[in-house]
Amino acid sequence: MTDVGIIGVGIHPFGRTEGRSGIDMGIYAVREALSDCSLNWEDVQFAYGGSDASGNADTMVKQLGLSGVQFVNVKNGCATGGSALYAVASTIKAGEYDIGLAVGFDKHPRGAFNPLPEEWGLPDWYGAQGYMLTTQFFAMKIKRYMHDFNISDLSLGRISEKSFANAEHAEHAWRRSPVSLAEIMESPMVNDPLRKYMFCSPAEGGVALILASEKKAREISAPFIKLDAAIMRTRPQGSFEVFAPSIDNDIDGSATRLASQAAFDLAGIGPEDFDLAQLQDTDAGTEIIHMAENGLCADGEQEQWLAEGKTLLNGQLPINTDGGCIACGEPIGASGLRQVYENVVQLRGQAGARQVQNDPRVAYSHVYGAPGVSAVTILRK
Amino acid sequence: MDQDITGEIPHLVLSEDGKYYLQGGHNEASDKYVFPLMGGDKEFFEPVPLKREGSVWSFTVQRFRPKTPPYAGPDDFIPYLVAYVDLPGQLKVEARLVDIEEEEVEIGLPVELTVIPDINGAPGSVMHAFRPLEKRAA
Repeated sequence: MTDVGIIGVGIHPFGRTEGRSGIDMGIYAVREALSDCSLNWEDVQFAYGGSDASGNADTMVKQLGLSGVQFVNVKNGCATGGSALYAVASTIKAGEYDIGLAVGFDKHPRGAFNPLPEEWGLPDWYGAQGYMLTTQFFAMKIKRYMHDFNISDLSLGRISEKSFANAEHAEHAWRRSPVSLAEIMESPMVNDPLRKYMFCSPAEGGVALILASEKKAREISAPFIKLDAAIMRTRPQGSFEVFAPSIDNDIDGSATRLASQAAFDLAGIGPEDFDLAQLQDTDAGTEIIHMAENGLCADGEQEQWLAEGKTLLNGQLPINTDGGCIACGEPIGASGLRQVYENVVQLRGQAGARQVQNDPRVAYSHVYGAPGVSAVTILRK
Repeated sequence: MDQDITGEIPHLVLSEDGKYYLQGGHNEASDKYVFPLMGGDKEFFEPVPLKREGSVWSFTVQRFRPKTPPYAGPDDFIPYLVAYVDLPGQLKVEARLVDIEEEEVEIGLPVELTVIPDINGAPGSVMHAFRPLEKRAA
């Protein structure tokens, strides 16, 4: 099979941009990505893209050019970007096309998401009685995790402190002012044990990635970051997932564990080979849990890792180098591709003041979302 | 006679002895339980009353008012306790915790099923919750 990689990346800044629609942010990102690898829209042979709440990606051909390109819409919740990337990569690996686009964008209203029970296969009372909140689930998941593995409240604070510190140097991030650990720990409680500065917010943004076969990349002299694995998985029996009126007695496994293991198997490398990682950090607690679910450390080791600063920009394994969802916000359709964008920029050595210092060769990314989906990638320079 | 008190698939049922129970589903072959029992589950799961007593497995306080829809509570919002309650040998169910202060809740706390007036304000309508076992006499 043909090797596939990323040759162009583009991003529309995350956060809030009044007067610009979600799809326009997607178009902006596509133009940036094309410019990044000196290609024209007419060079793109096929595309997969999507948003959760901002319409059909394929309608962007009106602005980009009516080239007749094959353009497939993807709607896969938090895994939308990851699923688009998987589809583009697989098509190129199969030898069907040489140059493809993966694009994701979104624009959400302020405040917590308000999903409706019937869209998630749940009874009306679950939403009516006040259980249908992602923040509530994540709070209870980390509460139990902290109890089982002796994680302190301070570790939650350290995650957020790192996110805001990293984001200061990321042009595409939303919240770019450092917040002190003391301020984080004194911010209002939202869903105990998680405080205001420990959550990400729904936001806006767009990301586009141009993929190509290695042969084509060489032909057009484009920089090539190899995509070793792009995997998406749904939840197994016995997992503890968001929007769960009940959970199995024997909790075992998760969509994340399935996706990460499949990616390690496919790439033939594991967490010990990673030089940096982007993990789903819907809140500070999920970053902690996902460190272990992705096999980066053992359950409970996070306490020491965070105290020692192992995941800081200059640490042994920098995590969420652009501030992650906590500092960038979460436009659902774009969020997973933002992680890949950040990894490409870091592997190219173009991350400026937030550049990791370990001469990175291998980078990992992971998204997670309702109702138990996960998408991961492994990139290699 | 079992009675549907929610107007949906009955997840909270008043039994003949005058006590409420949560209705789940049980698959005998796999010994798996589900809650609530949804239409699509009925092929694989037999309706079964869930245990009325268990212990707090995890908990949080909901400190902001959820958006409407889907939330049906009053505009005036009072934070509430939510827990996963471990029903031994069956499963863990998500439910409100009542009759207890936030600072008194801890993982492992023994609790029992109770009902409280439905937050949608419908006269006579109730919803399920759990309360500390030792408060039963109060």
